[in-house]
Amino acid sequence: MSAPANDVQDYVGFDTITQQMERKFLKRGFNLNVILVGESGMGKSTLVIRKTTEIAPVTQMLEENGVRVKLTIVDTPGFGDQCNNEGCWVPVIKYIKDQHAAYLERELKPNRERIIVDTRVHACLYFLNPGSRGLRPLDVEVLKRLTEVTNVIPVIAKSDSMTIEERTAFKRHIKEELAFHRIMLFPYASDDDADDDRVLNASIRELIPFAVVGSEEVIEVEGKLIRGRRHGWGVINIFDETHSDFVHLRNFMLRTHLSDLIEVTSQRHYEQFRTSQLRQIKELRAQQAAAAASGGAPPAQPQVPLSVMQHQPMTQV
Amino acid sequence: MRSGNQSQAAGSGGVKKKMNGYVGFSNYPNQEHRRSIKRGFNFTLMVVGESGLGKSTLINTLFESKVYPTKEEIATSSAAAAAAAAASGGPQAAKTVEITSVSAEINENNVKLRLSVVDTPGFGDSINNDSAWKPILENIESRFDAYLAQENRVNRSKIVDNRVNALLYFIKPTGHGLRAVDIEFMRNLHNKVNLIPVIARADTLTPQEVEQFKARVLADINFHGIQIFRPVSDQFDDPDTIADNKAIASKIPFAVIGSEKFVERADGTRVRGRQYPWGIIEVENEQHNDFVSLRQMLLRTHMEELRDATDVALYETYRTQKLLALGHVQDNGVFREFNPRQQLEEEEKVHAAKMQKLEAEMAAVFRQKVQEKEGKLKQSEEELHSRHQQMKTVLEKQRAELEEKKGRVGSVEHAPVSHQMGVQAEAVVPGSKDNKKKRGFF
Repeated sequence: MSAPANDVQDYVGFDTITQQMERKFLKRGFNLNVILVGESGMGKSTLVIRKTTEIAPVTQMLEENGVRVKLTIVDTPGFGDQCNNEGCWVPVIKYIKDQHAAYLERELKPNRERIIVDTRVHACLYFLNPGSRGLRPLDVEVLKRLTEVTNVIPVIAKSDSMTIEERTAFKRHIKEELAFHRIMLFPYASDDDADDDRVLNASIRELIPFAVVGSEEVIEVEGKLIRGRRHGWGVINIFDETHSDFVHLRNFMLRTHLSDLIEVTSQRHYEQFRTSQLRQIKELRAQQAAAAASGGAPPAQPQVPLSVMQHQPMTQV
Repeated sequence: MRSGNQSQAAGSGGVKKKMNGYVGFSNYPNQEHRRSIKRGFNFTLMVVGESGLGKSTLINTLFESKVYPTKEEIATSSAAAAAAAAASGGPQAAKTVEITSVSAEINENNVKLRLSVVDTPGFGDSINNDSAWKPILENIESRFDAYLAQENRVNRSKIVDNRVNALLYFIKPTGHGLRAVDIEFMRNLHNKVNLIPVIARADTLTPQEVEQFKARVLADINFHGIQIFRPVSDQFDDPDTIADNKAIASKIPFAVIGSEKFVERADGTRVRGRQYPWGIIEVENEQHNDFVSLRQMLLRTHMEELRDATDVALYETYRTQKLLALGHVQDNGVFREFNPRQQLEEEEKVHAAKMQKLEAEMAAVFRQKVQEKEGKLKQSEEELHSRHQQMKTVLEKQRAELEEKKGRVGSVEHAPVSHQMGVQAEAVVPGSKDNKKKRGFF
């Protein structure tokens, strides 16, 4: 029995709730966690202008118009750099799952914080090799596993070695291969998208993978200071839309789809993780009960269920 | 003229003499030159590097002809290839490194070049690249083996030289230095082939980045003791050539780009290059990249040196190792110079030594035999002596007995005959008994 939607005759005032929520966010601020995955030398560090030597997050607080963001960037140095790269994705997947597990543990505690600190990875920028004919075997393996646990955004760094036609051909090629391997990328299509959302998502999908150029230098061009790269034959302005997709990527991640990234992480990836973990606990408990019932010495009941969970499923990546 | 040409063989090297007139042997290089042109040249170039680094484009640009079909033409079949890969079993099966070879005969000013380019698709593209270099090493060694087999044939009039003269190794422009797979490869192949490292897709690096990257790559190469091919000048080159060689050597490893397309510059001229929204990079502009230096070294100045180094240094080392491993023993006697007198003297010496040895042996044998004989003689002497003594005693005994009998017979002489006879008979009989006994003593 659905209540008919009535337009309110007199002004009640609850339409300001959106502004109220906004103010809540302003007060609270929020976290954005991004992980960068790619071989060394691809330009990951330049893109975010931070350097690390192990999977350790680097955090900075940004503020814009009163909105505070705690931005955490996690780099993955040494990824894919060896001769034999089998299993090089395991530390990355483990890190992502560990963050989910930490959040779950905090959530399950009887005495938990009102606002749980969110260290879950909201986005993963996967760096592709410019110029290679499509996805490499390593890319396929890693992408398949990454898309199961987080939102993956493929990026072509150092794309200043491809001309515009090569870029278009490369993007088309990558999209074909991604579809072929059934790799799901963010943004995901869903049925209750509003129309303009769908249009926006379609345009984003056109651009994927984002061809970006990074630069730590500020150079002078015709009297203006820009962030870019100076070659002997020309100057690249990374904020120029014709030169690179950097602006589009930044808008996509920070302006339009920021809350989407956080929400999808929380509702889709995290819930998936949580469901599988709780199911495993249930099975484990059932096993223990069966062992106890059959007369064997029952193993000691773990204090915190999570310690059991953490030892078991982390190995399956 | 003779006075001008006389030289004394004083040890090694001889004495350099100035020429008084023109003989004409300085025309020899020209004769070689004409003969080489008739024969034509072989050159085998191997290219190694991950896919997407622009190997085929660079080859096509270097030789200004479509040695390789461009990848766009192959791309249309990529979907089919991907489908085939899936059909062959799930996630990407381990890609192996293939060796493919393309040959072309290129003519320039009547010089015929039989160029072979060997590509190695699949190198470094798999997840596990530990053994990516092995098929390539095997290919290079099998070419050496083939040449060795031909060299050892009875009929050697037609030898086909497929040995790899130079290997272009494409380095990814990460800016950081050599990667593990690069170092593995170079360490295993640097003493089997002339290694020329090349920084691919150099248009992604700014000039400072190029310098830094080159320094890092060279540092890595030196650290691991990798021998790469460097153009060296020798005493016969003129100063210009020496300067050129130095300039080229300072740019190693070359940072190059390739392009088969032509683009139009601002002033309207058409050049080979790549067009970006922010500018045009020209292939043959030395300010933009080192393509010109690479081409100069590879084709115009050091092609013969590369072939020579392959034949003289790399192949010979391989051959020595292989033959020694097969169990051939090195007989250095064949290397000495042939000098008849010396040889006679040596033979004499050897002969004399032999004779001496024989003599000594015979003397020893003789002495030994003499000793033996002496011993034997002594022994028989003693034996004879002892027998002599024995016989003497026996004889004495016999004589004593006979004397006794004589005494007895003498006393019985006057008895009757028959009695005598009996006595004689008795005398005989005991005597015969005694005789028998005496005989028994013997």
